Amino acid sequence: MAEIIQILLSDSFWAASLRIATPLIFGVLGALICEKSGVLNLGIEGIFVAGAMSGWMAVWLGAGLWGGVIVAGLAGAFFGLIHAILTVPLGLSQHVSGLGVTLFATSVSYFFYRTALPDVSSPPRIEPFRPLEIPILSDLPFVGPVFFQQTALTWLALFMVGLVWYIMNRTGLGVAIKAVGDNPNSVDAQGLSVYGLRIGAIVVGSALMALGGAFLTMSAFDAFFFGMVNGRGWICIALVIFASWKPGKALFGALLFGAFDALQVRMQTEVGAKVPTQVFLAAPYVLSIVALVIAARRAEYPRALLTPWFKGQR
Amino acid sequence: MIRIEPRNTNSAIFSYGVPILSALVALILASIPLWFAGAPVLVSYVEMAKGVFGSKFAFSEMLTRATPLMFTGLAAALAFRAKLWNIGAEGQLYLGAMAAVAVGTGVLEAPAFILVPIIILFGCAAGSVGMVVPAFLKTRYGADEVVTTLLLNFIILIFLQYMLEGPLKDPMGLGWPQSSPILDQGMLPPLMERMRVHSGLLIAVACALIAQFMLVRSVWGFKLRAVGENVFAARHAGIKVNRTILGAAIASGALAGMAGVSEVAGLKGYLTSDLSPGFGYAGIIVAMLAGLSPIGVVISALFIASVFVGADSMSRAMGVSSYLADLVVSTSLLCVLIGGFFARFKLVKTSVKGQN
Amino acid sequence: MTSPPVLHLNGLTKTFGSVQAAQSISLELFKGEVLALLGENGAGKTTLMNMLFGHYMPDSGTIDIFDTSGTAKPLQLGNPQAAIAAGIGMVHQHFTLAENLDALDNIMLGSERFFDFRRNKTKAMQKVQKIMDDSGLAAPMNIPVGKLTVGERQRVEILKALYQDVKILVLDEPTAVLTPQEADKLFENITTMTKNGLSVIFISHKLREVLAFSNRIAVLRHGRKVGEISSKEANERKIARLMVGEETEISSRKKMKSGEAVLELDNLTISGSSKRESISNVNLIVKKHEILGIAGISGNGQTVLANAISGLLKPSSGKIKLESEILISNDPSNIIQAGVGRIPEDRHKDGIVGQMTVAENMILEDLSNKRIQSRGLLNREAIIQHCEDLSVKYDVRGPGANASARLLSGGNIQKLILARVFEAAPKLILANQPTRGLDMGAAADVANRLLEARQRGSGVILISEDLDEILSLSDRIMVIYDGELKAVETHDRETIGLMMAGEAA
Repeated sequence: MAEIIQILLSDSFWAASLRIATPLIFGVLGALICEKSGVLNLGIEGIFVAGAMSGWMAVWLGAGLWGGVIVAGLAGAFFGLIHAILTVPLGLSQHVSGLGVTLFATSVSYFFYRTALPDVSSPPRIEPFRPLEIPILSDLPFVGPVFFQQTALTWLALFMVGLVWYIMNRTGLGVAIKAVGDNPNSVDAQGLSVYGLRIGAIVVGSALMALGGAFLTMSAFDAFFFGMVNGRGWICIALVIFASWKPGKALFGALLFGAFDALQVRMQTEVGAKVPTQVFLAAPYVLSIVALVIAARRAEYPRALLTPWFKGQR
Repeated sequence: MIRIEPRNTNSAIFSYGVPILSALVALILASIPLWFAGAPVLVSYVEMAKGVFGSKFAFSEMLTRATPLMFTGLAAALAFRAKLWNIGAEGQLYLGAMAAVAVGTGVLEAPAFILVPIIILFGCAAGSVGMVVPAFLKTRYGADEVVTTLLLNFIILIFLQYMLEGPLKDPMGLGWPQSSPILDQGMLPPLMERMRVHSGLLIAVACALIAQFMLVRSVWGFKLRAVGENVFAARHAGIKVNRTILGAAIASGALAGMAGVSEVAGLKGYLTSDLSPGFGYAGIIVAMLAGLSPIGVVISALFIASVFVGADSMSRAMGVSSYLADLVVSTSLLCVLIGGFFARFKLVKTSVKGQN
Repeated sequence: MTSPPVLHLNGLTKTFGSVQAAQSISLELFKGEVLALLGENGAGKTTLMNMLFGHYMPDSGTIDIFDTSGTAKPLQLGNPQAAIAAGIGMVHQHFTLAENLDALDNIMLGSERFFDFRRNKTKAMQKVQKIMDDSGLAAPMNIPVGKLTVGERQRVEILKALYQDVKILVLDEPTAVLTPQEADKLFENITTMTKNGLSVIFISHKLREVLAFSNRIAVLRHGRKVGEISSKEANERKIARLMVGEETEISSRKKMKSGEAVLELDNLTISGSSKRESISNVNLIVKKHEILGIAGISGNGQTVLANAISGLLKPSSGKIKLESEILISNDPSNIIQAGVGRIPEDRHKDGIVGQMTVAENMILEDLSNKRIQSRGLLNREAIIQHCEDLSVKYDVRGPGANASARLLSGGNIQKLILARVFEAAPKLILANQPTRGLDMGAAADVANRLLEARQRGSGVILISEDLDEILSLSDRIMVIYDGELKAVETHDRETIGLMMAGEAA
């Protein structure tokens, strides 16, 4: 018990929590935008991979770090567009289409990576994002290391939470997205385009997901590995339900998750001898399932989620 | 302006034509990445074909690869028919393999005609458990089974690591994380001299036939289809929905578990954590390509296996990444989805007379 | 008619495949006028309105809109935006409201820029308030629409249209979900609005209200305009003949002595998560040879009551007794076994499995029958034979036993369900909105089947929103309001209407 308190009081623990939470924040926000418009996007796992690979590749080819971020976002938007075309105008099963996009995006990323680097055993490294040192603030005790030694991408993620909240709750666009996810006919009757809103939401949401992937190769690590996404996308899908499709709660969920993950890594070193490491490794996935089971009953799904809509068929 | 209208007939041409056409389109589209990788496109296709049909051995390798795909394909097809989204065949496969290893490596000394059925039984049971848990969480708590089965895949893989480093570890394995070998009398007999193709293939085909028969001709299959197509009407008509879903989960999990049994007791002989190169996920594509028909699964598994085996040998010959196979396979899924749309709907061009 | 025209439809024609949905229909609408558009299902009303709104492109014909000076301007066809810009608004029968948003957001949807830094809700509210004051329509603006009553939602729908400054308002079956009193209130509002210069097209099949509230009536049949008369000169008989062509006769209800009780509900209470999903202390008795009509506006507990009798919901307290055997079961199969036949409210959702064949749907409730299966294996020949026999007996017409049930028309789907239910010779029949959305012929068929069942000795519960249907078929009538069921002493339209609105009679 004393060890846990020790850990909870350390600044490095909270800094790590925020770091671990960052890709999840991007992912949950992206999934939230898609689902609010009425479309489940199980392409998320593959879009993470695509974002991680393409962003890293762009930097490695000399595009610069922010160039890499933009490339990752575009890659996410591209795969999102595929999912959008399949599920919105064509109205195909969102489950199967999403899984298809995940498999497609993953295999495209792996193929291009291998084709570009056929024979390397250890992947080449890039110079990743550095922590944003802010004079004075970074030197504050506790708060300094936790908040002001994070990279720009973490800041971007936090900014996105606010931006998504603002758009969803304070703009006409947000009203329209919420409406199209509840009853597409309400939007159609007012002369707005159901297809346009949904496709737009999926494309933008997917771009955000890809930034989560980019964070992995451009901030958390400095290279691309096979299997590095490791189910983070699926965890985001569980977290959206846990967060009741609210950006603020999504941030909270991702942070809680990050804190738990950071805790298990530290616990591993403390009590590693007594408990098999696999218990700790499995913990995030078990936690996600538990969160899902707790949230599922009272979850108020967007009413039109999973239901395709065709123009002129009421 | 273009409108979407449903077709009023379920034409046979579409139900067979769409998957075949999709597969062809996916293969043709593969020329783009081939060209990108700088390989001569036509030669690559020839190499690919040679890798499957070039020799008796090549063909038997394709059959060997198709065997687990048939099992995982059937697992997905049955579950999807009941609208139970089992994306966890990968994990259930490993559960089946672990159970097979647990009973098959010496705990139980028995002749083949006893030991083999026991191994199969335990493997299937373990796979079932892996699907019954998410099915229960779905029916009892409303937890989306897509997410739970996906997450369970990761949990089971981690559990596998633990088992291979601990209880199931081969003491003679020189420290490698692998299990002891399955006893000789526990192995599924091979089908051909000096080839790796084994009797798991026959079991897979038999399972497909049984599954097809049960789906179409049995009350069990009738209920499963009714629940899958319209759960509200099924419940209203007095069909016990949860029980039906659980039944589908048991069958689906057992088939995925059988894939693990077949790989470990038919092919490898011992269990490692790289037993399956994603057979569980590929099974979803196999099932979709088959239009969720069990007999169709046999054929589409042969196709997907051909792509994998052919692309493997092509990549060795041409120096193109073998991830090309995954690319072709996932493209064929997207193609069959789009094709399925055109089988169900037609686009009608509405007249534009009078429009300025 | 002295007022100037506002809209002119000239020879609109539309075909779908081999179906002539609209054949050269012409209509005029004048300022401040209520034009009623009458016709059966499939007569072409919806097609015509979809062309007006630009959802469908007519094969031929034009639409002219007149501006304030009286000059005609052709409307760009096939373009919903053009229709909206021309001041045409529609209130759909199925509300097009997002239930997670409040009324004001729903009203503002589409008429504001997406990226305004601050949405000007105050200004919008002022405009809505003025419209509410002018028209007499009122609804709460700041709570989610999902929490509003049906009447309030409809007023929001109308406000939404008026907010767009419409000059022509189309109301599609606006009274289907209203009590007679609420409907009267609506017509009062419409009268106020037309005095202010609005023109209204009013789609309905209720002859009574059409006669009472419209200035002019146009009747459609099989895609053609078959008549146009001033409401003053019309009477119910005249219009009905125009609508149907010939008169369909519902076999008259013979007087009949009811027998002993079939079904008894004893203080049945179900506490759902919301008021709409609850019923409290419901008592009723249905006897043999008797049709018990349950009137009420939908959303007052009918669905819950029906689900409880169907075995889909478990009562919180109270008893359900069938021939004095207590049924405590949330298992529909037990209910079916006990002899209860159910005709569900939403026949597409609860009645059939659309992707399965007609033959398979015929046996959906009867899977344990030894005639169609043995030891868990189905006998295909017997199933097809069974289906063909019943299709003849119940006049189910469609592409055959092996075709998907989704290909059947609404009327034939209902006949399939009737076949399934009546073939089991049920002691009790629960018919929930059995004629909703059917054309007159199919509706008459359903009514006749119910009367036949009564003749044979079944007890029937008929739940319907259509008060005329209840009055013509029922031996006894009860009214459901807000989850409570009350018996009606006199079969008087006015009294029942008040009870449907929750006012003690």
